[in-house]
Amino acid sequence: MSSKVQPDHVKLVIDGQDVSVEPGRTLLDAATAAGIRIPTLCHLDGLPEAAACRMCVVDVDGRWLPACATEAVDGMHVVTKTPEIETHRRTVVELLFAEGNHVCAFCVSNGHCELQDLACEVGLHSVRVPYSFRRDRIDASHPGFLVDRDRCVLCGRCVRVCAEVEGAHTWAFANRGTDARVITDLWETWDDAESCTSCGKCVESCPTGAIVCKGVSNAEMVKDAELPGELVARRNRG
Amino acid sequence: MDKVRVATVWLSGCAGCHMSILDVDEALIDLAERIEFANSPLTDLKVFPESGVDVTLIEGAVANEEHLEIVETARKRSKIVISLGDCAVTANVPSLRNGIDPDEMIAEIYGPEATTNGKLPYEVVPKLLDRVRPVHEVIHVDFFLHGCPPPAGVIAKAIFALLDGQTPELVGEDLKFG
Ligand code: SF4
Ligand code: SF4
Repeated sequence: MSSKVQPDHVKLVIDGQDVSVEPGRTLLDAATAAGIRIPTLCHLDGLPEAAACRMCVVDVDGRWLPACATEAVDGMHVVTKTPEIETHRRTVVELLFAEGNHVCAFCVSNGHCELQDLACEVGLHSVRVPYSFRRDRIDASHPGFLVDRDRCVLCGRCVRVCAEVEGAHTWAFANRGTDARVITDLWETWDDAESCTSCGKCVESCPTGAIVCKGVSNAEMVKDAELPGELVARRNRG
Repeated sequence: MDKVRVATVWLSGCAGCHMSILDVDEALIDLAERIEFANSPLTDLKVFPESGVDVTLIEGAVANEEHLEIVETARKRSKIVISLGDCAVTANVPSLRNGIDPDEMIAEIYGPEATTNGKLPYEVVPKLLDRVRPVHEVIHVDFFLHGCPPPAGVIAKAIFALLDGQTPELVGEDLKFG
């Protein structure tokens, strides 16, 4: 992608700034190239977009669309931040905190968590709805990893990296709404999930303390969320 | 100039947030000139003055019936109420017992000896609520200081802003849980 205006490039306006990108790029790509930050959660470089979390919603000529899954088109006027959009993003984060069970103080991902960082970025002061205080069973059956679904934000990054980058299809979603959970092999315990190759890509991709390595303590779980993007880029280079 | 009257309250929490107040270090000298502590674990005064206070900082989650009364009084007798730290703001570590029946939990932890004539001694110790709650679920809270404990700098920033008659601007890293 180049910021130079080229004849075959798409030209649009983002936050009052003229932006030009190759055809086929998303609004998120275009904004990122122009140095404009749009908060994301379910997006991860290297994975197909799910547009599941709605953090990246932007105003496109009066309509709200997810920047990660909307193609940049000639003549678009995009506004990435309005008071209404900021309230919307804060509410998304607020409901994620209410729905799961996040006790950052003794989470292995404390200090290295995308949800925790988003709470700072969107200005979440308090959660106004009652917390669920949900207590799911942790699956620590796998020898190297564990999943604590109370810390899962249902971004689907584990599901997508496992299917699209590793090709194992171990992770999937079960149930709907507040009952939705990520599961391994049709809800086998993880060590019985025969499709799992133990590659660890789900650990690196998970933005929170939901899928983590065993043997790490409070605040010790540091992940490499750039791994899927790097692997895919290397593959594409051949 | 009259000193600003500050109360602090300690509910279900580890006292770490109070330690963090003391961690403002040399700012304590400035603070001492501008505020006076009313009831607080730091002064060992237990009850809110009838005349009320300007600011109350509440550490800890609401976990028992006594806590309910304390926060109601805090609200009535304070102009500004601040949730101090993650236990007050989110219920944090004390909320780990949510989902467990409190009586069963006490029996499990303390055994049958914990009873008086076969009953739990609720005349002596306050009865646990069935669910630990963040403070703002019970009373209106004006400001939230995040962290376990909140960094001393954030506490100082909020208090000095209020002393200067300003709204504390808590943004970005100031809002980090944990
Ligand atoms: S997953 Fe993130 S937000 Fe949830 S408890 Fe852990 S650090 Fe906090
Ligand atoms: S386990 Fe992690 S990666 Fe998977 S959906 Fe939940 S938060 Fe996302």
